[in-house]
Amino acid sequence: MNALEVNGLTKRYKGFTLENINFTIPAGYIMGYVGRNGAGKTTTLGLITHQIKSDSGSIKINGMEYKENPERYKEMIGYIQDICYYPGDFNLLDIKGIMKDFYQTFEEEKFMEYVNKWKLPEKKKIKDFSKGMQVRLMFAGILARDTKLLILDEATNGLDPVVKQEILEILQEYIQDGDRSVIFSTHILNDLEQIADYIFFLHEGKQVMYDTKDEILEKYILVKGGLEDLNEYMEKNLIGLKKTSVGFEGILESDKSIHLSKNCVVEKPAIDQIIVSYIKHKEG
Amino acid sequence: MRIVISNQSELPIYAQIKEQIKEQILNGLINEGTVLPSIRQLAKELGVSVITTTRAYNELESEGFISSVQGKGSIVRKRDNNVIREQYLKKIEQGLESAIATAELINMPEEELRDMFEILMKER
Repeated sequence: MNALEVNGLTKRYKGFTLENINFTIPAGYIMGYVGRNGAGKTTTLGLITHQIKSDSGSIKINGMEYKENPERYKEMIGYIQDICYYPGDFNLLDIKGIMKDFYQTFEEEKFMEYVNKWKLPEKKKIKDFSKGMQVRLMFAGILARDTKLLILDEATNGLDPVVKQEILEILQEYIQDGDRSVIFSTHILNDLEQIADYIFFLHEGKQVMYDTKDEILEKYILVKGGLEDLNEYMEKNLIGLKKTSVGFEGILESDKSIHLSKNCVVEKPAIDQIIVSYIKHKEG
Repeated sequence: MRIVISNQSELPIYAQIKEQIKEQILNGLINEGTVLPSIRQLAKELGVSVITTTRAYNELESEGFISSVQGKGSIVRKRDNNVIREQYLKKIEQGLESAIATAELINMPEEELRDMFEILMKER
């Protein structure tokens, strides 16, 4: 079973088109949806949550399209963003009351379990919560219901490292049974990179890279060397080549490494380095 | 079981997991019949992706170190002496190859390398 299937997804705006997006997240896995600001990440997530209507293409969550059963479709989604979406003047108990009415699968006891575990104050107004507490509250609201797909929209922005680490653990716990999946959008991959199974890279509304993280990491090497090590072949094939007066640096497909001069230094690139080089390459 | 992942390592993470489990099986630190943590549990504990731990286990299985039993998880297999010998032979070969490559770096004649090898063997 696939937790999320996106086929030929297209949305046209004046001056921006999200074009022919295709990917699948099998149940029990985590995908990083990566791109610069304005690449179309939020548009994609808005289409998945059905807040925006697509021009063409299909989206299935757990094998089901929105139109088949809108209520259940929405119920299967848990959504977290960097700004808390609960009314600021409410306290946690108010939220609990609303959630109960709004979602069929919401379990009060479960919600309170997380509230206690994370020591969230019951009487304090949400707007007076710290950022970390607001994120935990959003998670409590989702983990208390029966969801299949957790969507994080730039959710780790502005969080301290301790909360980020906690989120990593929550996400891994979320997929533990193998029937729920996570998609997180980000422009800073570092935050969640270590636990991502798949990476999707979006650039100016177009799909540029989509594979398992491990495949991507193995497909490229980071090459550094002095200018005299830079031959014509490498000039042509290095992605995001950066030259200085004392040397060069760039990303190369691993299977092209036989053409390297022996004096070059070869390292494992981070996903970030691959993507930044790719952007530089695309933008010339 | 002990697994330590290093981000500085040359080896990709799946290989680090695989090699460390393998070594502990070969050293007898993990006994035959031991049930390894599930792929998902291990991923969570190490903070790595599920695909990474899946690959480590798949390769351990194809190399004959563990077998997956439906509903029970991955179990360490009975140690086959030939498999172990093969593993050690590979390690010895790698060590020798690295010595040869290092000798080449300083243009050491083959004779001298052989002499060094023999002296070291005698000194043991």
